[in-house]
Amino acid sequence: MLGWLLQRVAQALLVIFAMSLVVFLGLHAVGNPADLLLAPDATQIDRAELVARLGLDRPLWEQYLNFVGSALRGDLGRSFVYNVPAVTLILQRLPATLELAFAAMIFAVIIGVPLGLYAGLYPERLLSKLIQTGSILGFSLPTFWVGLLLIMTFSVSLGWLPASGRGETVRVFGVEWSFLTLNGWRHLLLPAINLSLFKVSLVIRLTRAGVREVLPLDYVRFARAKGLRRGRIVVMHILRNIMIPLVTVLGLELGSTIAFAVVTESIFAWPGSGKLILDSINALDRPVVMAYLLVVVTLFVIINLVVDILYRFLDPRVREEAST
Amino acid sequence: MTTVPAAASARRPSSSALRRFLRAPSAWIGLGLMTLLVIGAVFAPQIAPQNPFDLAAIDVLDARMTPGSVSSGGDITYLLGTDGQGRDLFSAILYGLRTSLTVGVGSAVLAGIIGILGGLIDALIMRLVDLLMSLPSILIALLMLALLGKGIGNVVLTLVLLEWAYYARTARAQALVERKRDYFEAARGLGLPTSRILLRHVLPNCLPPLLVIAALQVARAITLEATLSFLGLGAPVTQPSLGLLIANGFQFMLSGEYWISFFPGLTLLTAIVAINLVGDRLREVLDPRALK
Repeated sequence: MLGWLLQRVAQALLVIFAMSLVVFLGLHAVGNPADLLLAPDATQIDRAELVARLGLDRPLWEQYLNFVGSALRGDLGRSFVYNVPAVTLILQRLPATLELAFAAMIFAVIIGVPLGLYAGLYPERLLSKLIQTGSILGFSLPTFWVGLLLIMTFSVSLGWLPASGRGETVRVFGVEWSFLTLNGWRHLLLPAINLSLFKVSLVIRLTRAGVREVLPLDYVRFARAKGLRRGRIVVMHILRNIMIPLVTVLGLELGSTIAFAVVTESIFAWPGSGKLILDSINALDRPVVMAYLLVVVTLFVIINLVVDILYRFLDPRVREEAST
Repeated sequence: MTTVPAAASARRPSSSALRRFLRAPSAWIGLGLMTLLVIGAVFAPQIAPQNPFDLAAIDVLDARMTPGSVSSGGDITYLLGTDGQGRDLFSAILYGLRTSLTVGVGSAVLAGIIGILGGLIDALIMRLVDLLMSLPSILIALLMLALLGKGIGNVVLTLVLLEWAYYARTARAQALVERKRDYFEAARGLGLPTSRILLRHVLPNCLPPLLVIAALQVARAITLEATLSFLGLGAPVTQPSLGLLIANGFQFMLSGEYWISFFPGLTLLTAIVAINLVGDRLREVLDPRALK
């Protein structure tokens, strides 16, 4: 178990290392940062001074070590546009993205599990076949177009829900949250549904497959023979057993949900980190882009690592396998 | 692991696979839609009533006209309406489809060549594959486009980078199976050069599952390209793909002018669904496990 753990942590560190290398090369090899920072009328002396101050005259590996050193202290350069540290900017915007991503995951479970359960328990019914087809559509529909359709239907035609922004927020622990006000919820609803679409399909498929797999097993048949109520069998025996793989996959999906929030945030003008990176790419604000990529990849790797470890501890079968 | 139907059709495997492929109605629908879209894209200059990128042919006075209205000159009927610049949407969609399909197919083919060769050669490449497949595609795409800049060439490059890993993994898995076959030993025994064995003997036997991957990757590429173009990172304004057409119409949708975004989106959706139908059917026919 310990060996596996060390190996897994090393693997996670390797991904972050690879990413930091790419980010570093992106910052330094593609275009000279000095050119971007200098005024057009700067003299050759100004230039040499700046190059020396930024350490650009050192060998590349030394520059990389410096970069890692400052990155570990949370310093990834200043935004050209906002003139504040890039990491601060990202961390200010990240809660909005996390809120959206978590809301999407919760929707995925609330909508996906019952539908998947139904489709798994009654596979022959027409509704089950519709659910199946719907989940295939959910996989292949382009997210951004569904977002547009949602706005078209619920904001423009029906006028029920707002199409952009976060609405009223409440400050808790120094961070603004939308989900604590009714107005905030009205703003959160459409983007969260849009972002959850792909995950809903995934949850439906996983739940359905899990139910189909568990249903013919002995302990379910035994529970039925004992005369337990159907509802109790479904909740206590079936659902409990498919929960572990389901939660694991959802945990692993959280990282990509945060990444894909870029698209949803752009459609619904949700002021999260994804919107920030798009604006930054367009404004050629390289420090912010790089800081975002590094922060999100690190977040992604950490989430996956934690989920992986939790899964090992939760599932006795995997735990035993690992210890032998 | 030879299954009975495969053995029975050993003489002319391709024609019987085709016949089995066409047995499902979904295959017909998918193929039909696909043919229609491909014809529309290839013959766009002949079919479209207007060249949407020729500024001289566009009349700004005709901007944002509803579907079915007639141009102020009276010579064109705008079947699907016009966009913010007075472009005929039907024409713009045909040209956009051309861009989208070219990018999708082009990147899938390039990625296929790289991935298959890489997968057959194996070794260290698979670690790179693991790394690429573990990160969300949109992150890698954002990284690439932030480093390289916008533009259709860079989008293709990004898509190739994202897709080749899938081919590589499949090609490798298949090649590992083929390596245990007798013909491989025989070719080895004859002393044929490795490159020849790989390309002339192993590769043709690996093709069926790779075809399935290719179909699904084209759909994936088209979706991702549309998403990137929608975000303003892909196709340039002068050569809009379907994604950019949708993005252009977005601002007008809030004022109820739905068609500018809706019809390009519908075309995109049709293309993706058609390719997926064909891909799914291909998998059912070509995957030996599905035969049982």
